[in-house]
Amino acid sequence: MTTLSKTDMQHLIAKRVAAELEGPCVVNLGIGIPTLVAEYMDAGDIYMHTENGLLGVTDVEEADIDPNLVNAGKLPVGEAIGSSFFNSSDSFAMIRGGHVDVAILGALQVDQTGVIANWAVPGKNIMGVGGAMDLLVGAKKVFVTMSHTSKDGSSKLLKECTYPITSTRSVDMIFTELAVFEVVNKQLKLVELMPGVTIEEVRAKTEADFIH
Amino acid sequence: MSKVISDVQDALACVESGHTILVGGFGLVGAPLSLIEGLTEKDVTDLTIVSNNLGESGKGLGILLNQNKIKKGIGSYFTSNRDVGDKYQKGEIELELLPQGTLAESLRAGGAGLGGYYTTTGVGTDLAKGKEEREIDGVNYIFEKAIRADVALIRAHKADTLGNLVYYKTARNFNPLMATAAKKVIVEVDEIVEPGALNPEEIVTPFLYVDTIIQAQQVLTKEGVVNR
Repeated sequence: MTTLSKTDMQHLIAKRVAAELEGPCVVNLGIGIPTLVAEYMDAGDIYMHTENGLLGVTDVEEADIDPNLVNAGKLPVGEAIGSSFFNSSDSFAMIRGGHVDVAILGALQVDQTGVIANWAVPGKNIMGVGGAMDLLVGAKKVFVTMSHTSKDGSSKLLKECTYPITSTRSVDMIFTELAVFEVVNKQLKLVELMPGVTIEEVRAKTEADFIH
Repeated sequence: MSKVISDVQDALACVESGHTILVGGFGLVGAPLSLIEGLTEKDVTDLTIVSNNLGESGKGLGILLNQNKIKKGIGSYFTSNRDVGDKYQKGEIELELLPQGTLAESLRAGGAGLGGYYTTTGVGTDLAKGKEEREIDGVNYIFEKAIRADVALIRAHKADTLGNLVYYKTARNFNPLMATAAKKVIVEVDEIVEPGALNPEEIVTPFLYVDTIIQAQQVLTKEGVVNR
């Protein structure tokens, strides 16, 4: 069995997703693990889009932080050579209109058809959706990054989502600290085990049906 | 004719209780902090605030929230201010949650004289409940109404005295959209210049949208919000 600290787990997942990206492409990064993906992108011709109005996001040195230059998580970022700023409507026209190649999102749950829930928890206030629903309908490919299980150990890959879904669209790939899944014809397909993980461990921690 | 007013309360004279007010910004970035502060000092109530967030706890629109001046919030991400949830639980505020792209497009549509539009965003989710569905060329859409308001409070980088505006980096966000979608548009800026000083090719908001200009008194810095 694998035991990783939360940070190590997040970085492991982020690094693996980054390896999946091939330029040239435009990638939108969500909040949480997706933000870390930027640290591991080494392929050329990958441009990052942020919903709050910047195409061409890069890292920023501490000394160069500008409080009016942030990403969707309101964290300071830099502007790449060739970057552009635009208003929120133009930004979501890019997203909804199918001009963003890949969206990398976090999720609370994924069902066995690849439908995700990531914006609301029943019994708690439904308070924040942000750009998640727009990204799911518009991005050409959607990658999900999340821990395989909840804090209580229960599977986050379920037969059916118990939380409100974000879209009826199935995502394309799911990356956890245990495995990588592709969604093929509304079915989860395990395509890779993370280092040191066995298929038995994945089966034990996955409620959703998947093919292998 | 100059649209520049020096006193914040004079600029906000058109704001009345019960108004719907658009407030620019993504969190505090691009938020009209001086105008928001002016609103916290003004005796108005029952406001409907349209803004991506309702500020942060005790900051920006968060102050107005804590003064119980907001009857309803329309936005996409209220999670950034924990006080919103507390007020919602106590039944002290109504909330309308919209996907961020829908919020932006509804403002754009409102400013462009449209009644609404069909979007794929949200189809089949809880946020589509009660909204008209329509199939167009084999794809399902829901109808979203345009948003228009009584007043817009926005933030830009520079204005000329006519009201032409340019913005700064990601502080642009919802501001140019809101400039088009309200009866009265009040902008606060870092710098006010004479007509002709801004390059016409770079003007983002042409002057006809803007009614009143003030010099920003509050600025977002690395250290937080400071008075200038």
